[in-house]
Amino acid sequence: MIARVLILPLLLAAPAYGQGFAGLGTEAGDFGRVTPDRSLEFPKDHLPHPAFRIEWWYLTANLEAADGTEYGVQWTLFRSAQRPLTSEGWEADQLWMGHAALTSADTHLVAERLARGGIGQAGVEDAPFEAFIDDWHLRSTAPEGADPLSEVMLAARGSDFSYALDLTASGPLVLQGEDGYSVKSPEGQASYYYSQPFYEVTGDISLPEGAVAVTGSAWLDREWSSQPLSETQSGWDWFSLNFDNGAKLMAFGLRDTEGGHYNSATWIAPDGTPTPYGDGSVTLTPLGEADVAGRDIPVRWRVELPDEGLNVTTEPLNAQAWMGTLFPYWEGPVTVSGSHSGRGYLEMTGYPERTEAGTQ
Amino acid sequence: MTRAGLVALLAHWRRHPVQLATLLIGLALATALWSGVQAINAEARASYDRAAATLGQDVPDRLVSSDTLDLEDFARIRRLGYLVSPLVEGWIEIADQQLEIRGLDPLTAPPSLGTASIAGDEAALDGLLSETGLLLVSPETARALEAAEELPPRQGVLRIARGQVVTDIATAQRLLGIDTLTALAVSPDQPFGLPEIAGATGLSLVEGESGGDLAALTESFHLNLTAFGLLSFAVGLFIVQSAIGLAFEQRRGTFRTLRALGMPLRLLMAILAGELALIALLAGAVGVALGYAIAAALLPGVAGTLRGLYGADVSGQLGFDPLWAASALAIALIGAGLAGAQALWRVAKMPLLAPAQPRAWAMASARTLRLQGGLAALLLATSGMLAAWGDGLIAAFACLAALLIGAALGLPACLIGALRAADPLARGPVSEWVLADARQQVPALSLALMALLLALAANVGVGTMVGSFRTTFDVWLDQRLASEVYVTARTPAEADELRAFVEPYADAVLPIWSVDVTLAGQPGEVFGVADHPTYRDNWPLLTAEPDVWDRIAAGEAALINEQLWRREEIALGDAIALAPGWSLPVAGVYSDYGNPAPQAMVGLEALGARFPDRPRLRFAVRIAPDEAPALVQAIRDEFDLPPGNVVNQADVKELSLRVFDQTFLVTGALNVLTLGVAGFAILTSLLTLSTLRLPQLAPVWALGLRPGTLGKLEVARTALLALLTWLLAIPVGLCLAWVLLARVNVEAFGWRLPMLYFPGEWLWLGLAALIAACLACLWPVIRLNRLPPSRLVSVFANDR
Repeated sequence: MIARVLILPLLLAAPAYGQGFAGLGTEAGDFGRVTPDRSLEFPKDHLPHPAFRIEWWYLTANLEAADGTEYGVQWTLFRSAQRPLTSEGWEADQLWMGHAALTSADTHLVAERLARGGIGQAGVEDAPFEAFIDDWHLRSTAPEGADPLSEVMLAARGSDFSYALDLTASGPLVLQGEDGYSVKSPEGQASYYYSQPFYEVTGDISLPEGAVAVTGSAWLDREWSSQPLSETQSGWDWFSLNFDNGAKLMAFGLRDTEGGHYNSATWIAPDGTPTPYGDGSVTLTPLGEADVAGRDIPVRWRVELPDEGLNVTTEPLNAQAWMGTLFPYWEGPVTVSGSHSGRGYLEMTGYPERTEAGTQ
Repeated sequence: MTRAGLVALLAHWRRHPVQLATLLIGLALATALWSGVQAINAEARASYDRAAATLGQDVPDRLVSSDTLDLEDFARIRRLGYLVSPLVEGWIEIADQQLEIRGLDPLTAPPSLGTASIAGDEAALDGLLSETGLLLVSPETARALEAAEELPPRQGVLRIARGQVVTDIATAQRLLGIDTLTALAVSPDQPFGLPEIAGATGLSLVEGESGGDLAALTESFHLNLTAFGLLSFAVGLFIVQSAIGLAFEQRRGTFRTLRALGMPLRLLMAILAGELALIALLAGAVGVALGYAIAAALLPGVAGTLRGLYGADVSGQLGFDPLWAASALAIALIGAGLAGAQALWRVAKMPLLAPAQPRAWAMASARTLRLQGGLAALLLATSGMLAAWGDGLIAAFACLAALLIGAALGLPACLIGALRAADPLARGPVSEWVLADARQQVPALSLALMALLLALAANVGVGTMVGSFRTTFDVWLDQRLASEVYVTARTPAEADELRAFVEPYADAVLPIWSVDVTLAGQPGEVFGVADHPTYRDNWPLLTAEPDVWDRIAAGEAALINEQLWRREEIALGDAIALAPGWSLPVAGVYSDYGNPAPQAMVGLEALGARFPDRPRLRFAVRIAPDEAPALVQAIRDEFDLPPGNVVNQADVKELSLRVFDQTFLVTGALNVLTLGVAGFAILTSLLTLSTLRLPQLAPVWALGLRPGTLGKLEVARTALLALLTWLLAIPVGLCLAWVLLARVNVEAFGWRLPMLYFPGEWLWLGLAALIAACLACLWPVIRLNRLPPSRLVSVFANDR
């Protein structure tokens, strides 16, 4: 689940607008290029890559209260560079954006924050590792010598909710695509992409009605690029699914305005061994739409990966999991049933508003 | 048939061009006055909306430090979870322009501070955040700064006040040569579950304020303007009615002939109605043009008012709105319909073979007079009852309407009574004839005289109201602005420095300190006042218990403003809740014009004890008045405060009064116009009468009075009638003023103004009425003088 994304490029010069979703299809220009020969290094690659235009730290969690009530939590920090160089100080060209959400079957609460880099309001720091914007943070609590992301604290706060969670990884980091090189289009657009899908979670979520203790699982995506989409790709459907048998699936389909989709998936065995699948192996079929924020959004899906014997359908916990942020999208927890059962998260971007009935 | 009838009917106007002109002019004037007022109101309201939409008028709550604030403080407080945004404010002078610089962070600032003006404009946002920077200014400021090469690029945007520069905080710091922040703006919606901000951050929270406190004054102005427009329209309709009535009366013969020739009544009515509609449209079109001209001429006054009230630059340019023009035409049609309804009804009721003998037009019988008198008495009684027991704004306006219509209807009876009463004063047959003749004329002239009465009464009434308001306002300003200089610091530290700086020069430095609270369920303010003669001697108390100031100083009682007092019907001694768990008895009430919100005043120590952490940024300085300007200059030079933060009492007073005068300049102009319309109504009626009166004049002429003498007597009689009308208009006008001051203002704004009398103005008005009446009878008299004797003689030849 990468990418999600957004934005910030929109804060870039105007000509970027209108190409791909939220400017992600804009030419890379002087920014760093994503090439297949670079191998990822940790913990260094947990930190920002300011030579690249966009980057994110993206965490989703499927949680459950003691009484069985299901919740979903999203925490995302986006970085976007206006120009490839960084200069420390107030006028730094790095812009940061945070999204947080708390979803249950009948409510979906969202918060958004913006900040510029270089002044201490937002950023990602080393030793100890911390990604933050305002008082929202993803902070390492891992013992010395362990991977900083193996144990983290996660917190965010909106006008009507907050959460504070402790996450412990029970498996390794997983490189997506070919050793972290994730191709996004037939023309070769790509990003660097890895995940930590093995988090076990405990903590509290707070709603206006009061605090609730929760447990569950979480999935972290890290991705950076300068031009991850081709100019004709308008949006995507992205799945991160945890099956009850311990296996996991990351799958995405990039929708092209000129017809045709570009699909990709990674099957993750319970021990963390990834098997990448290129375009054509995974099939994503929308099963039913819901009216969300004036759009018709396919909130039910069939996901098929015959090579792994997978044929499941996903149902949203809350079909109205709409992120009404600066650049809006759908993101929410889903329940999986079929050949495999489990839970996960779904993200869908680039669905246009319905044109008014009666107008041509 | 239709064609022939049309030709026959329209021929009348060809033979009576003056009558047609009268009708057209009357209707055009009525439409013009009404639509002119509407245009001014609409334009002014649009300007208020623009002014209100101008960004940065509302000052948000802000955190200030007694030390300096910088970006680290900003980041620290954001990382505590609070939604704050850095602000840098200051002034620079470039290219002869005083520029108010507001630096903000477009990513975290509330949009209302200025960034809403570029919503959705990514290029502008990128420009703001770029190294070069970008200045957002009003289009006027952008033009004024065209040659300012030393500044970053400018972008002209609407909704930013003239002279203000909104830019990124880094650019602002560079322009002002500082690296600190003025304050942190606090978002009204803070995240979930955080402790109170001031305590958690160690900074002081300064409550913000919303702009537009004086909007209530302008609302009152528009209310009066609208009433005035309606009155002008009614006065104009009198002219129309008299002209239409005359034209119908004179065409009785034609109607009869047409009907006798077989024209169906329905067709005749349709033709007449069509004729009326055509005339109304023609006159309406002229009226629209005239109304536009009137509005355009008066609008600069309104624009001046706005400038004074809002400090916002509003253009005095009038836009043309087709909808407005259409509604003006509709008003002309409705007016003509109202004025012509009676005439049409008479045509419809006319017996087919009624004698076509032209009755003296509108020569009302004694019975009609009695009927009118009875109706007038009924209306006046209704008005009185509404004044005594009516409740609400609608009742107040109904009271006004009943008063004016009743007075107008009662006028003929009153005039005849007055003339009859004057009979014993007559010396000799000629003066007896003049009085009798005047009595005879009253019914015919009654409509024109009613118009004059309404115009005069409106003048007296509105003049009294404006004069009372002006005088009260003036005295009130003197009381409220008793101190010579008012200073507002930006931070508590600056307040301390300012006080230290000012104290050696001043006789006294009085803190002004207020806290936003909820009073009687509405957002209001509590002020803390120092115990000082400035308040004891000057504060405008409407009613108070004895030793009120001692009890205020001791923190045992509170003062409340008139609005709160009237609205909640609070009695002296009642307790008022000022804050949760804090109530004080009300010991007095003060007038507080122009403020729509409830307000209370308590002793400074008492307020300080309740709200210990609020920063005290404002104070008043007592100093010899002639030293005030120098002190203001010294403070500005020393502290580089924005002009609004240091004000000289004399300047505030002058500005307030200038705004007030400009506001009512428009009313004055409308007064003159209405009087003009009434004068024109008299002219119309006299012209009409001049031909009809020949049978009355001929015998007098035959008895030996020369046309010249007759002319003089005509003038004297008209003047006499105008004078009597003026005498009656004064009490009506005073009643009107009383209703405006004691009912309309109280209902609409919550304050009652004392009524003052200005007899000097009444005399001037009487003179104006005389002049208007004399001018109006000038032409008929000249015509009389030039009348060939043969016409007079022929009266006897035609005598049947």
